[in-house]
Parts: sequence; C-alpha cells; structure tokens
Amino acid sequence: MTTAILIIAGIGLAAAATLAVADICLSVKEDPRIGLVTAALPGANCGGCGFPGCDGYARALVAGTAPNGACAAGGDACAAAIAKILGVAATATEKRVALVKCCGTRSEAIRVGDYNGICDCNVAAATAGGDKGCTYGCLGYGACANVCPKGAISVQDGLAKVDKRLCIGCGKCVAACPKKLIELVPASATIHVLCNNPDKGPTVRKVCGVGCMGCHLCERNSGGKEAGHFTFQGFLAKVNYENPPTDEQIVAKCPAKCMSVDPHFETGH
Amino acid sequence: MKTVKSQFKFKGGVHPDYNKELARGKAIERMPVPAELVVSMSQHLGAPAKCIVKAGDYVVKGQLLGERNGFISVPVYAPASGLVKSVEPRFGPAGGKAPAVVIDTTAAAPEGVDATERTLAPLDWKTATKEELLARVNDAGICGMGGAGFPTCVKLNPPPGKRCEYLILNGAECEPYLCADHHLMLERADRVRLGVEIMRKILGMPAVRIAIEANKPDAIAAMEKAFADIDGNVEIVVLPVLYPQGSEKHQIFATVGRVVPEPPALPIDVGCVVENVGTVAAIADAVEKGAILLSRVTTVSGDAVAEPKNVEAPLGTKYSDLIAFCGGEKGRVAKLISGGTMMGFAVSTADISTTKTTSGLLLLSGRRVFQYSSQACINCGRCVRACPMNLNAAEIAKAVESDDIKSAEDAHVMTCIECGACSFSCPAYRPITQFCRRAKNSIRARIAAEKAKAAAAAAK
Repeated sequence: MTTAILIIAGIGLAAAATLAVADICLSVKEDPRIGLVTAALPGANCGGCGFPGCDGYARALVAGTAPNGACAAGGDACAAAIAKILGVAATATEKRVALVKCCGTRSEAIRVGDYNGICDCNVAAATAGGDKGCTYGCLGYGACANVCPKGAISVQDGLAKVDKRLCIGCGKCVAACPKKLIELVPASATIHVLCNNPDKGPTVRKVCGVGCMGCHLCERNSGGKEAGHFTFQGFLAKVNYENPPTDEQIVAKCPAKCMSVDPHFETGH
Repeated sequence: MKTVKSQFKFKGGVHPDYNKELARGKAIERMPVPAELVVSMSQHLGAPAKCIVKAGDYVVKGQLLGERNGFISVPVYAPASGLVKSVEPRFGPAGGKAPAVVIDTTAAAPEGVDATERTLAPLDWKTATKEELLARVNDAGICGMGGAGFPTCVKLNPPPGKRCEYLILNGAECEPYLCADHHLMLERADRVRLGVEIMRKILGMPAVRIAIEANKPDAIAAMEKAFADIDGNVEIVVLPVLYPQGSEKHQIFATVGRVVPEPPALPIDVGCVVENVGTVAAIADAVEKGAILLSRVTTVSGDAVAEPKNVEAPLGTKYSDLIAFCGGEKGRVAKLISGGTMMGFAVSTADISTTKTTSGLLLLSGRRVFQYSSQACINCGRCVRACPMNLNAAEIAKAVESDDIKSAEDAHVMTCIECGACSFSCPAYRPITQFCRRAKNSIRARIAAEKAKAAAAAAK
C-alpha cells in the first residue's frame, strides 16, 4: 500500500519537474498584446478584414502590418479599444453593410425558364445565365445567404434581403454573388438605387417592371449633376456614397420605382 | 482496309431514347445567310480570340474578325459580308458572356471595298511540309467540332517525346437526336478520306481507326467505299450502340483497348489522337480549297419543330433564324436545347447564336420534357453502375451537396466527363451531373487562385 502511494507520488513529482523544466526551456515568447487585441476584436472570425480570423488580424496589428480599422464588424468602438492597447491612432471607419442592388421580385421581374437544378446561384448562373430575364439581377437561390456568417441574409420572393442590424460588413456575400450585385455601403446612407442593369430603358423594361432606365431624374431632383449625388454607368444610376443624397422626396419621384429608402430587411432575430 | 467489330466494351453506359429517325435521311441543306449574324469570339476551348474590328467597319466574308490569342486559341473570321453593327458581350449557350461581333449582312458594300470572299491559297498536301499544314489548320480557324472545341492544330502537334500511333476518327455520334456527323459521313465521304490522308501526313503516318456506332450501317458502307483503296493500316471499327460511346476516352478504349489515365493526362499520352469527322472534313477543305471554316452542319430536331433538318448554317446564325429555316415551331416548345439531350445545354432564349461546336438544336414539346423535383439519394447504386468513368457518383453528389468539395476531389470528381449517365439513371431525379460540374468548377477556381497566388509570390 505505502509502496504504491510512494511510486505514484514519485511519478507525479518526476512528471511535474519535467513539465516545469519544459515550460522554462520550450516556452514560445508571444507578445502579450496579441491576446489583448484578440480579446478586443469581435471574435466572429468572419475574415472580412482580409486576415485568417480575428487572431490573424490581431497578429498583423501588433506586427504593424495592418491598419487599425479594417474590422468592419467591430466598428469604431473596437478600433478605439485597439488604439488604446497598441497606442496607435485609429483610422475612423464607418460601419458598412451589404446592399443587394436588385428589387426585381418574382412578380416584377420576368423569369424566362423553369430552373429546377441545384439551389445555388453560381450553378444556376452557369446554366444559360440563370432563369431570370434580366441577366444582371438577383437570381434568388441564396449563394449569399449560404456564406453569411451571421445569418443576416434571407431570400424572400426570389430576392435576397439583408438584415442591417445583423450584417457585420464582412463582404463574403459580395464575393459569393455570381452577378456581382451586392455592394458594401455605409450603414448611415438611407437612399439607394436597387438595380444593377446598365442596359437601355426599353431593354430593361422588357424584363423587369422595376429596373433603372437611366432617366437621370433622381440626379435632377437632387440638385443636378453639380451636386454629385449620383453617378451613371451606362443607363444605370448609382448612388455616390461619398456624397449620398439626403432628400427622401426623390425616391417617390423615381419613375422606374427602383429607388428605396432603407431597403434593409429585418429578420426579427 | 477492313471492317472489324469492337473488341472492348467499357463499363457502365446507358441507353437513352435515340429518336434519330426525326432528322435521319434529311440531306444536308445549306442555309441562306440570315440578316444578322452574331459571331462569338469564344467558339473554342481556351482563350477567346482578340477582336480586331469595331462598330461601323465593313467586313468581307472570310475577313479576320478576331486574332488567335495565346497557344490554345484559334482565329475567328467573318462568316458573311456585312456591316459591323456593334461589338458587345453576348451570352453563349453555356451561360458565360463573351465578346461577339454583330454583323448586318443586308448592308451594301461601301465604294472601293473589294467584296469578293477572302480565302487562303490552296495547298498541295502531298508536297506541303508538316509545319505548313499545321499552320493552315490554325489559319482556317479549325477547332474540334464534336463539342469541346479543342484547337485542332494543338492536338495535331504532339509535344516532343510523344508519338501518335493511332488516329481515331470519331463518327460514333452517340447523342440522341443528332445526325449531323452521320450525314456528313454519307454525303462528304470523299472529304473525310482526304482529311484523313492529310492528318496522317501531319501526324507521321499513324494507324487509322474509324469508329462508327452499329446503328449507322449506311455510314459504315459509305466509309468502306471511300476508304476501299487506301493503303496502310486503316480499319473501320463498328462500336456497339451505347451512350457515351462518342466520348474521346471511351472511343480510345473501344477501338484500341487503351485507357487514358486521370487528368491532366491526354489521349496523346497513350499514343492516340481522336478527331471528329466534321473536323476532318473541314481540314480537307482548308488545305485543298483554302476554305476557311465559316459554317458547320447542325441538326435541328425534336418533336416541336415543323421540319427537322440537317442544316449547314453560317457560324453565328441565331437559333431563331435556324428554327425559322426549319419551318418554325410546332406547338408549344417546352425546352430548347443547344446540343444533344444528354450533354447539351438548355437555353432560355433563341437569341443565342451558333458556334463551331453547335452540333444540334433541339426543340422539345411538353410531352418529351419531364418536370421533376429531386429527392434524397436512396443509395440504389444505379448511378455507380451507369458511370462510364468508374466513379462513385452518389457519394460525390452527396459530398457536394454538403459543400464538401474536398471529399468530392478525393473521389476523383475531376475525371468526370459530364456525360449525364448518372442523372439519367437516377430514380430520385437528383441532378448528379450538375453537382459534379459544380465541384469541378470550384476545384478549377481554387487551383487558378493558388496559381495566381504563387505567381504573385514569385513576382515579389
């Protein structure tokens, strides 16, 4: 009995001593600030900053190779906390959220085929460009919703919708969309053009009841070209988010009904 | 020259309804040039041609529209004279957009423009060198006309150290409905014969195997007649009727019993070059007459077209014009397919134009089209039995369905030839081929991204 206790105690002591020595000799010196910065980051590991997870970004921040403020999810509060830890100035960032630039629901935008293959936009787009008449519009098979780490996107009536409160602006949906119609926009901007079709008005009208025709009325109603609230790509109006319009009256005046005030959808999570 | 039966049968394969009687026996009709042509710069596999004309230019038949752009690429020529209306991205049958030249063929030639058709100088193939012949094949804009559109001059020029022992002529045409190659063999057997002789010279006198499925006895007879007095090792191999007999790899196995290893291995790695009969006839014309590839034979068929026909239409003819030439639609068209029913692409509009690889255009009525929704895999194993590439299609589909591309890759999805035998045989109507295509696309995208990353790192 006593021998057994002694043997076990001896093994324990020997192992403890080995571990103690190993701790001293083999320890990896890590900057303690990495742990602190990681703790200050949101911990969603969304990858929106361009680094592999929050830990990767924290290491880059401490090494001085990444700008403070690349974390869209954490926003200003996070940048300020990191600035305190590292003693560097925070570059002011504005929270950005995803915007689906299409409002062609099933009732508004025509579908030219019956697609019953795999429910994924990228696969559908590879099948003759998808079943939507408008080749620039949202297909509604949820490739963006599938990659969203926060479950902020849901597909309703053949159209992807973003919950502004849940969106952390990581940009994964932007990369996943085969039609490239999702854009990260400042969360404070309220007026948006929900169309991605740069074709001429009659061409757009043939396939969608709510497509932008490039009539420039939004530009004229918001103070003209000099005001610079809109830019145009072909026959498509784009909001200049550097200088967004504020007069919500212009939305109601849009003849194509492709503009909207805060179109972000709330999932009620 | 002798006719033999195929000694080798590949594993798997399916027997779809062939429905070839619709267009069989309809002699090839040359279609008049339609009012508008939309000529895509991406009619072949590889880099799209570089467009060298602009809106407002007047182009003459046979004039260069797009230059060869890289090693795996072929030039594109104007199939008819006319005014270039615009150069804009247009959808191809497979879904991708590529720059296309829109030509108004009704416009009159402006003064001072020589409106005679541009051709190349005829070559005497007996005295021409291999290099001259190869250059001619490329200059004439020839790519594989069976479906994939691989640039023919690349195929005919094996890399150093590799020798072509067998030249295999693909006349299987195992796709349902299509009769274009069948009629080409019947009506242009002399062209095929001349093409074979030219290709034999380019490849250094390999043995020739002409592979034809047993359901085309008249084509076999026509080939026997055309090749009766040819010298050298030439055999006509009669293949059993089985889909996908016309696949390059299965054709090699069925004719000479060799197995092409997994990609990136190519048929030349087992000493074989496979060419579609249409391509061979085009080579004969390009060398003997100096003719540029400006048209191709397309089967317009299906039960929703008034008169199924084998049409020789200028490249860039819109599907709507092709359908009008065949008497228009009959009843309601439920599905429009570019290509055959097994490997073709369903398209949602007839505003797409033909390319060098458009072998067929099918209009099917609701009676022929089946509306289904796919269900869960029931592990019956029919797709595994049907797969001619020995893949476990069910497992691959399940892996892709749960976004596990790595498992699909481990299950050798890259060897999939997308023949559609698995989807065809699935009792749960699962889109297995589409799953495989999705996995292949994401693996290719990943490899391309890794390459770009490595190149960027090397540049640093």
